[in-house]
Parts: sequence; C-alpha cells; structure tokens
Amino acid sequence: MAAIYSLYIINKSGGLIFYKDYGLQGRMDTNDSLRLASLWHSMHAISQQLSPILGCSGIELLEADTFDLHCFQSLTGTKFFVVSEPGTQNMENLLKHIYELYTDYVLKNPFYEMEMPIRCELFDINLAQSIQKDRVSYLGR
Amino acid sequence: MIGAGKMKQYTNVLDKPLSKGRQEVSLSGFAYLFSELVQYNQTQVDNIGELERRLEDAGYAVGVRVLELLCHREKGNRRETRLLGILSFVHSTVWKVLFGKVADSLEKGTEHEDEYMISEKELLVNRFISVPKDMGSFNCGAFVAGIVRGVLDNAGFPAVVTAHFVPVDGQQRPRTTILIKFAEEWLLITNRYYEEKQG
Repeated sequence: MAAIYSLYIINKSGGLIFYKDYGLQGRMDTNDSLRLASLWHSMHAISQQLSPILGCSGIELLEADTFDLHCFQSLTGTKFFVVSEPGTQNMENLLKHIYELYTDYVLKNPFYEMEMPIRCELFDINLAQSIQKDRVSYLGR
Repeated sequence: MIGAGKMKQYTNVLDKPLSKGRQEVSLSGFAYLFSELVQYNQTQVDNIGELERRLEDAGYAVGVRVLELLCHREKGNRRETRLLGILSFVHSTVWKVLFGKVADSLEKGTEHEDEYMISEKELLVNRFISVPKDMGSFNCGAFVAGIVRGVLDNAGFPAVVTAHFVPVDGQQRPRTTILIKFAEEWLLITNRYYEEKQG
C-alpha cells in the first residue's frame, strides 16, 4: 500500500516540469498530467482571489473522497504538489524536503535551464530515497 | 578561502596575517558560484573538450596561488622537491585546505610507471551536479584537475592531469578519479639525478 500516489512540480507559468507516479492508483499519461498541472495552476490562482481572507496564498490542501492533494508554493512561484491517500499525515514536511532537494540538486546544477523540465540524476536518486524513507515511516505507524 | 566577518578589521589584504585559523565559506555560496562559472564557460565554447580545457585553466590559476600560499604557511617557505613528497602534499595539505578533508586515496597507476591517481568518492565540486547523458564522460572535476596541474607544474613537476568518472561496484554514483600523468622524459631526468646523487 502506497501513501503517495504521485508528485508534480510546476513552474511559475503553470508548465509541468516534473512528474512521477508511485504505485498503480491515479496513474496518468503525459497529456493528462500536463493538463492536470496547468489546471491546478489556474485553480490555485483563482482560489487566491476568491478567498475571503486577505493575503491568502492559495489552496494548500484539497480533500476528496479518494485522494488528498497537498500543495506547497515556493516564494518564486514554483509549486510542488503530491496526490496521496486520504488522511495521509506529514505531507507538508515532505513537500518542504522535496523543495530543499530541488534547490540543492536542480538549482545548483549548471546544466539545468530554469523553467525547463527537470532531468537531473542526483535529484532523482535523492528524491527516491526520501520517498522511500517516508514510506517506511508510514508503514511503521 | 575567505573568512566571513573578519573583513572590517583589515582594510588592506596585505595587512592580513597568513595564519590559517578556521576559515570556511558557505557550501551553497560556492556551489552557486561554481555553477555560474560552468554556465558562463558553456556560452563561450563550441564543444565539450573546449569547456573542459577552460575549466582546467580556471583551476590552474587557483593551483598556482594555492601552492605559493601553502608553501609559505604550512611548510615555512620550503617546497617539496621529491615526486612522492609533492603528491602527498597535494593529496593531504592542498585537499584539506580547499575541501576540508584529505582525499580518499592516492594510488600509483598499475599500467604505467608515470601515472598516479587521486580518487574521491564524491568530489566537492560535483556534489550537486548531474551531467546530462548527451555530454558523455564530461566531468566538472576538470576544475580540480586544473588545480592539481597548477600546483604540480609550478613546483617543477610538469604533468597532464585529467578528471574521470569511474563506476564503483554496488554504488549508484561513480567516483571521480584525478589522473596525473607525468612527462616521461622528465621522470627519466629526475631519476638519473637522484641516482647520481646517491651513487
């Protein structure tokens, strides 16, 4: 049983720059994942304006019957979100950790072009490790 | 390397003491600067070989200065004149000052007499760098190779120094090996010199 279904990273203009799915549920083909990413980008922007609270930073958690969607937006507008099993805990910390990995292994890599799809071996390796760690601690609970 | 927070005290760089103390720079700061160095050089070249050469040249300039400084600071103005002496100087003293640790290993090449290898499981400059597949065996360690070449060259040991990725069994990431190949005719001369001196 997997706690996390999939992970998305979208750039500040709503383009999908990283997608990875874990396990069988909620798996999507390339077109669908691109569509979902830009859809989420727009929904997030609309939610900011519709919110009755002043200075709202957008949706952080979307709860549905079959999944939870946790979103984290960095100061530069890059959004990280995971689709997970309903009721999965500790996703904020995982997203912050993924952001940390992104700043380390993507932004400090001279061969990465800003706003372009992420293809960095070290990012993949370290991401797989932290997802694995998260999964182990989930099973332990 | 530059010590933070000490700048107010000495307005002139020449007034600063040369003693070491604990002087560290931020790893992130260095990583961004190095990344920028690679990116800038990438815009100036047509092929990967050229990029490697430019990084090596940048490292060479560091090597020259590091040798000068460390000979003065650590060795009381004396310089190594023996081959093994200068190699262990690079492997331990230089590495410790630049990267905060001694290099993982220093070995003699098995196939050639005039080859030596300094291996590092994870080279500091490569910590955050993933080389894309289409760049083949390019290694940003060329910068470090340049530093080593700068030190050796100016200590009177001309050598060709290159950086390579070497896969390790059971490890996801290859290690980086700095291959040092001394000029053959030069080795003959020094060997003869020491033989004459001894005999």
